[in-house]
Amino acid sequence: MTAPIIVTLTVNGEPVSQAVEPRLTLVDFLREAIGLKGTHVGCEHGVCGACTLRLDGVTVRGCLTLAVQCEGATVETIEGMTESGAMKDLQDEFVERNALQCGYCTPGMLMSAAELLERNAMPSREEIREQLSGNYCRCTGYQAIVDAIETTARKRGALGR
Amino acid sequence: MNDRSAMSVLDKPNSYIGRSVPRPNAKRLAQGRATYVDDIVLPRMVHLAFCRSPYAHAEILSIDSTAALALPGVLRVVTMADLQDYCTPWVGVLDHLKGIKSAPQWPLANGKAFFQGEPIVAVAATSRAIAEDAVDLIEVDYKELPPVTDMETALDPDTPVIHPELGDNLCFERSIDSGDVDAAFAEAAVVVEETFHFNRHTGVTLEPRSIICDYNPADETLTLHMSVQCPHMSKNLYAKHLGLDEDKVRVICKDVGGSFGLKIHTYSDEMAAGALTVMLGRPVKFIADRLESFTTDIHARDHRVTAKMAFTQDGEITAVEMDDITGIGPYSVYPRTSGIEMNQVANLTAGPYKHLNYRVRARVVFQNKGVMCQYRGVGHPIAVAVGEALIDKGAAALGMDPAEVRRRSFIPDDAYPYTSPSGAIYERQSHRQSLDKLVAVMDYEALRREQRVLRERGIYRGIGFASLIEVTNPSPAFYGVGGARIASQDGCTIRLDPTGGITCATGVTEQGQGTETIIAQIAASAVGVAPGQVRVITGDTDVVPYGGGTWASRGAGIGGEAALQAGKELRRNILEVAGAILQSAPESLDIRDGEIVDAKSGNERMPLAELGRLVYFRGDTLPEGLQPELVATKHYVSRSYPFAFTNAAHACLLEVDVETGLVKLLKYWVVEDCGTVINPLLVAEQTRGGVVQGIGAALYEECLYSPEGQMINGSMADYLLPMAAEMPEIFVDHVTTPTETSELGAKGVGEAGTAGAPGAVMNAINDALGPLDARLSHMPFTPDKILRALGKT
Repeated sequence: MTAPIIVTLTVNGEPVSQAVEPRLTLVDFLREAIGLKGTHVGCEHGVCGACTLRLDGVTVRGCLTLAVQCEGATVETIEGMTESGAMKDLQDEFVERNALQCGYCTPGMLMSAAELLERNAMPSREEIREQLSGNYCRCTGYQAIVDAIETTARKRGALGR
Repeated sequence: MNDRSAMSVLDKPNSYIGRSVPRPNAKRLAQGRATYVDDIVLPRMVHLAFCRSPYAHAEILSIDSTAALALPGVLRVVTMADLQDYCTPWVGVLDHLKGIKSAPQWPLANGKAFFQGEPIVAVAATSRAIAEDAVDLIEVDYKELPPVTDMETALDPDTPVIHPELGDNLCFERSIDSGDVDAAFAEAAVVVEETFHFNRHTGVTLEPRSIICDYNPADETLTLHMSVQCPHMSKNLYAKHLGLDEDKVRVICKDVGGSFGLKIHTYSDEMAAGALTVMLGRPVKFIADRLESFTTDIHARDHRVTAKMAFTQDGEITAVEMDDITGIGPYSVYPRTSGIEMNQVANLTAGPYKHLNYRVRARVVFQNKGVMCQYRGVGHPIAVAVGEALIDKGAAALGMDPAEVRRRSFIPDDAYPYTSPSGAIYERQSHRQSLDKLVAVMDYEALRREQRVLRERGIYRGIGFASLIEVTNPSPAFYGVGGARIASQDGCTIRLDPTGGITCATGVTEQGQGTETIIAQIAASAVGVAPGQVRVITGDTDVVPYGGGTWASRGAGIGGEAALQAGKELRRNILEVAGAILQSAPESLDIRDGEIVDAKSGNERMPLAELGRLVYFRGDTLPEGLQPELVATKHYVSRSYPFAFTNAAHACLLEVDVETGLVKLLKYWVVEDCGTVINPLLVAEQTRGGVVQGIGAALYEECLYSPEGQMINGSMADYLLPMAAEMPEIFVDHVTTPTETSELGAKGVGEAGTAGAPGAVMNAINDALGPLDARLSHMPFTPDKILRALGKT
C-alpha cells in the first residue's frame, strides 16, 4: 500500500508522469514534485480554500485529493489559468481594488471566483459572499474581494461575454 | 520639529501622497508568483518535524528515539540534551516592566513540558512526511504533573507553582491610582459596574509560521529565510542564542502570508531549526502545520476585567476603577514579553475621556496553556470594549443617548497635548469631529427611528458605538528602554539609477498592508517622479538600512518619514548636479515626472536618465570639483512623544434573532484619524480587515481548553473564523489630524479596526437586547450565550 505508483495526468496542458506515494496529496504533488508553488497549503483539511484548483474542470481542494486519484485527469492551477488568460480581467480587478493583501489566499480565492462567474454571469453580492464561504481570508475583510468579482461580472456583461 | 512649509512635497501638485494608488506587488500575488518561505527549495535541505508534549504539564522521564533514527531518510533525532552546546535559553523580561519575571525557555523542553504542544524531540529528515513518520516512532515516558489552567486561581496558595524557582505564578503586576477615585465614586450620580470576559484567540495567519535556516560552516554565515515582521530583530536573536557572529547572520523575508503580530516572537521550534542547521551544516526547513499553529502560535486576549465607571448627572465620566487578570501560558514570550497586553489595557481604558480619577490593579499570571503575546491591537480591544461598554451602561442608567455621553466626556479639543491619568500623553485627537462625522454618515437618527419601529414587530436591532485611541509610531519607550534590541528608528536608502529609475531600500517590511506602495508614493513625491519609477526593496538585512520592521503600526509613520527625508536629500543632490551641468541655480530647477524642469516655466531641461548617464558613465564631462552623490540615506525616530496616538469612531448595526441567538451584522461604519492619509485605498482596506478581525473576536473565535489544558478546537473546522457570507459591508471615512512630530504627519492605522470592533459589536448586541433585559459581557457572543442571556436555555 505504500509503494510508489506511477500516475500520469495533464497539468496546465502539459503531460506529467511520475511515481508517487499513495499518501501524497495533489497539492503536495503539484508543489513538491512539479514545482508549481502558486497553489498554497493552509489548513490541510479542506476548510480554508487556499489549495483550491480544478480537476477535470471541477473545483476541488488539493489537500483532500490524492495524487494517485488523478490518473488520466486534467488539472488546472493558478499558473495555468494565468498563462491562458482565462481570468486576466478578474486578476486585474483584484489588483485594482486591492482585493488581496498578503496574497496567500488569493490563488484559491480567484479559482473559486472564476468558477462562480462561469456558472452565474451576474451574481448578487450575497451570491458572491456565499460562493466565497469556503475561502478564508484573514487580511481583507472580504468586501474588496466581493467588489472585485462584482465589477468583473459587470464589465464582462457590458462586453457581452 | 516640523518644516511643513508651503514648499512641502506634500502639497506639490504632482504629489502622490493622498492618492489611491494600487499596489504594484499585488500583481505577482494574484498570479501565483509570490515567494513564501515554503516555496523556497535549497540544495541538501532537510525538513523538521517535532514530537510535542501531549500533556499541559509533565516531567519527561525518558526518551527512546531508536526506532525513529532507524527509519530511512531520517538524518538526526535530537533532544534538548543534544542541543545544549548549540543554543542558549532565553527569558522574556524587560527592564522597564518593573518586577516582571519568567523562566528560561529552550528550543526543546529541558526536562519538563509546560504546555500541550511544547516541542520535546526534533527530527530532521529528507522530507516532512518521513520526519513525521519518525516522530510517530519516538517513545517518551512522561510523568504527568497537575496542570494549572484557570487564571483566576493561579495565584491561590494551594495552586501548584509552575516554575518553583520563581516562587509563585505571578509574572507581572501593575497598579495605577491617580486622582481621588474613592471620592469620585462617592460623589457620582450614577455608578455602573460589570465583569467582562475576553476570549483567548489567535492570529490564524493563512500562511503558517515558516523558516529555513541555512548555516554555511565554511564561512560561518547563517542565512534565515523567514516569514517575519522584524528581520533585524531576528538577526540579533539568532546570533545571540546560537552563539554566532551577528554580522554574519542575514535574514531574508520575501512574501509573508499574514502576520498580525504573530510573527514577531521567538518560537522554540524555529530556534531549534537554527540549532540544527549549525549542527548539520545543511539548510533546515520548518513549516508549522495547522495543529502546530493553533497550539504553539501565540494566543492573545485571555482577560477577565471587572470595572466600574462613575458619571455626573450631566453624563460626564468622572472616574474609572478596574481589576484585570490575564493568563499568558507558562512563559512570558521573548523578547517583547507577555506583560505588554495588560500594560496597554491599564494605559488605555477609557482613554478618549477626560476623567482624572483612575485606579487599576492588573495581574499577569502563568498557566499551563499555550503562550500569549502581542497580536494585532495588543490590549486595545479589551481597553476599548471595557470603557465603551461601561459608557453605554451609564448612558442607559442616566437615560441619555450613548453618543451624547461620549461627546460630553471627550477630552476637550483645547486641552491637547493632554496627559491621561495613566500617564499616556496625547498630542492631538479628533474624537468629537470623528463621532460627529460618524453619526452623520450612518444617519443615526434614522436608524434609531427604524429600530423603534422594528422592535414593535419583534425584530431586535442594535446600534453600538466605540470611540478609541490607538498607540502607533512607537519611540524607544516601547522596547528599547527595556533593554531589547528592537529598533524604534528606521531608515531609507534611496538611489537614482543610470536609467532615471529610483531604487529605495527601507527597513520597514511588507506583509500585504501596502508598505512598499506607500514608500514608493512618498519617495516618488519627494524626488519628483511617478511611483511606477520607484522600486522598493524590503526584507533583507544585507541590503536595507537597520530598522525595526513593521509592528505597532509604525511602517507608514516611521518608515514613511525616513523615506520622505531620504527622497528630499536625493532631490537636493540631483538638483545640485543638474544645476552644475545646466549652468543654472539649483533653486531655479525642479524635478517633475522624471524630468529636470525649469521651476518657473515648467520647461523641460533634462530627463533624469540623461543626468544618470552623464554621472555614471561620463564623469569626465562634469564640471571640475563636482562629485555627484546620487544615493541618500536618512533615518527617523519619533522622540517628542512616546507614541503617536490615532483615534477613530466605530459604529455597528446588527440584528439579533431572539429565537436562535444568531447575530446578523447589517452594517459597520468607521471614521478614523491616522493623520496624513498616504493612500486612502490602503487605509480603508487596513481598516476593513482590522474590523473583521475584531468581529471574529466578538462573535466566533476562541481557543477552547479542557480543564487539563488540552486545546480542544485546534483545527480550522472547529475554530470558527469570520468568513465572507457573515461579514457586513464596512464604510470607512476620515478625519485628518496630522502629527506635528514629523513632516509627513502620518500616524499608524493597521490595528485600529481590530481595536474598536469587539466593543462596538458588544454594545450593539446589548443595545438590541436592552428591551428584553438581557445583557452579555463574555466574548465570543455565541448563539448559545445569547439564548442563555435571554433565559431560553
